[in-house]
Amino acid sequence: MTSTLEPSRKGSAVVRPGDRIFAGLSTGAGLAILVVLAGVAAFLTIEGIPGITASPDEVKSGKAFLPFVWPLVYGTLLAAVIALLIAVPVAIGVALFISHYSPRRLGQLLGYLVDLLAAVPSVVYGLWGIQFLAPNMAPAYKWLEDNLGFIPFFAGPAASGGRTILTVSIVLAVMILPIMTAICREIFLQTPRLHEEAALALGATRWEMARLAIFPYARSGIVSAAMLGLGRALGETLAVAMVLSVGVGSTVTANLISNDNPNTIAANIALIFPEASGLTVNALIASGLVLFVITFLVNFAARAIVDRRKEFSGAN
Amino acid sequence: MAKSIDVSDLNIYYGDFLAVEDVTIPIAAKSVTAFIGPSGCGKSTFLRSLNRMHEVIRGARVEGKVLIDGQDLYGSDMDPVNVRRMIGMVFQRPNPFPTMSIYDNVLAGQKLNSKRMKKAESDDIVERSLRSAGLWAEVKDRLDRPGSGLSGGQQQRLCIARAISVEPEVLLMDEPCSALDPISTSVIEDLIHELKTQYTIVIVTHNMQQAARVSDETAFFNLSGVGKPGRLIEVGRTETIFSNPQDPATEAYIQGRFG
Repeated sequence: MTSTLEPSRKGSAVVRPGDRIFAGLSTGAGLAILVVLAGVAAFLTIEGIPGITASPDEVKSGKAFLPFVWPLVYGTLLAAVIALLIAVPVAIGVALFISHYSPRRLGQLLGYLVDLLAAVPSVVYGLWGIQFLAPNMAPAYKWLEDNLGFIPFFAGPAASGGRTILTVSIVLAVMILPIMTAICREIFLQTPRLHEEAALALGATRWEMARLAIFPYARSGIVSAAMLGLGRALGETLAVAMVLSVGVGSTVTANLISNDNPNTIAANIALIFPEASGLTVNALIASGLVLFVITFLVNFAARAIVDRRKEFSGAN
Repeated sequence: MAKSIDVSDLNIYYGDFLAVEDVTIPIAAKSVTAFIGPSGCGKSTFLRSLNRMHEVIRGARVEGKVLIDGQDLYGSDMDPVNVRRMIGMVFQRPNPFPTMSIYDNVLAGQKLNSKRMKKAESDDIVERSLRSAGLWAEVKDRLDRPGSGLSGGQQQRLCIARAISVEPEVLLMDEPCSALDPISTSVIEDLIHELKTQYTIVIVTHNMQQAARVSDETAFFNLSGVGKPGRLIEVGRTETIFSNPQDPATEAYIQGRFG
């Protein structure tokens, strides 16, 4: 017995070629992600620093970097956060309807339709926003100004063309809806039957079952879905550039329904870049770096939220 | 608290498939009734029809009557949600809500009844329920920990505590010990003995010794072949069923010749 064990203890363990190849491939893939990410970060930093340090009269905006980028950061976050506020409840509702309420056939059909929404190019959403949504929202903005004008969000003057940051947020909400709905739906469907039955046997209605068994189980998935949606909303360029009417002074304002809106980082780069030269280009790249950092922070925050209640996640 | 159940001429269907045929059985208040029989004989389906849990499966329906102290469970004015609040259930595999603490798990049913409770009152219910389920001593120092951190036997007793915290009329148990070790099983069997002073208990079990140990009445279910409906073969005092069964199939099953 000892004689058969002895050699394997001394020599290294046998490694099959298949294992070695697969380990190499997956390690390579993991490293490739890191290399690409580091490359992008390095490019943005190196090219961006001259833009950050440039003096106001050297760039087209005529401002130092912070006053230049701050309204853009504000506009980016404002549009994305409002889009998320609109899209999250709708996505959860649609996903829950598809997974637990609708008859199976109807649910499948709805699922396909939602997936189809994800395939619409953003230029089409932009056209829809500018040609259909904006003019149709204009009367609503007027009404908001007249009746709820005391709230800073709706202070007015209402944009007669309707090309406001609120319109942009609605377009963004429609754009991020499919991916969020698809993720939520998949996670809701994975809720263990055992937990659903536990809730039902206690006398839960379907909505109470959703609150007791489905939502807690799906919590981290919902956060992930929201973060993916937020990521897309933060970075969306074309639809925003087409729809949004940007204020002359790049204003930072809580007003959601006027013509005087802060631009977003991505849309600003797309608008300015074709005619930019010299340090203006560096300033734009630096604003891209800021967007990169914001997206990073958003993802970290999402991880932290998911991790905080790990022991209660049902994974243990 | 603790009501009797009267089932007459009950047929249970899944779509067009007749799963359980023509069951008539009286179940006395404050007694333990065990359902035994081979796999697929419909005992679990029948148990789930007693609190309308089988309706969770699409196309499930019943014909016949189930009366709880004379009240028809399948009457047109009966909401299945109210039925399940009245009749508690414990499942085969322990299923505490993993995202909730032990404390909140016990109170889950109370919260559904949407009663506003003072802290002292809910503390009281949690302690009483956990004591009745024989779990208090083990968890009283960690009520805020997740329920999923307990052992399998403790989780199952937590589920029993959750079920009895709303003081149901009847407690249904669907093979509550089949996923547990022998020690946890004996703890739960002792618990069943104590609980029957307050509740009407119906238990499905694959384990004939367990039926003999815990029940007052035993009902034997069987099916004549694959794809045929399950039927209630005979029901009677547990001693009688185990010592002097009327039907040859019951005798064969109890002696371990099939199933």
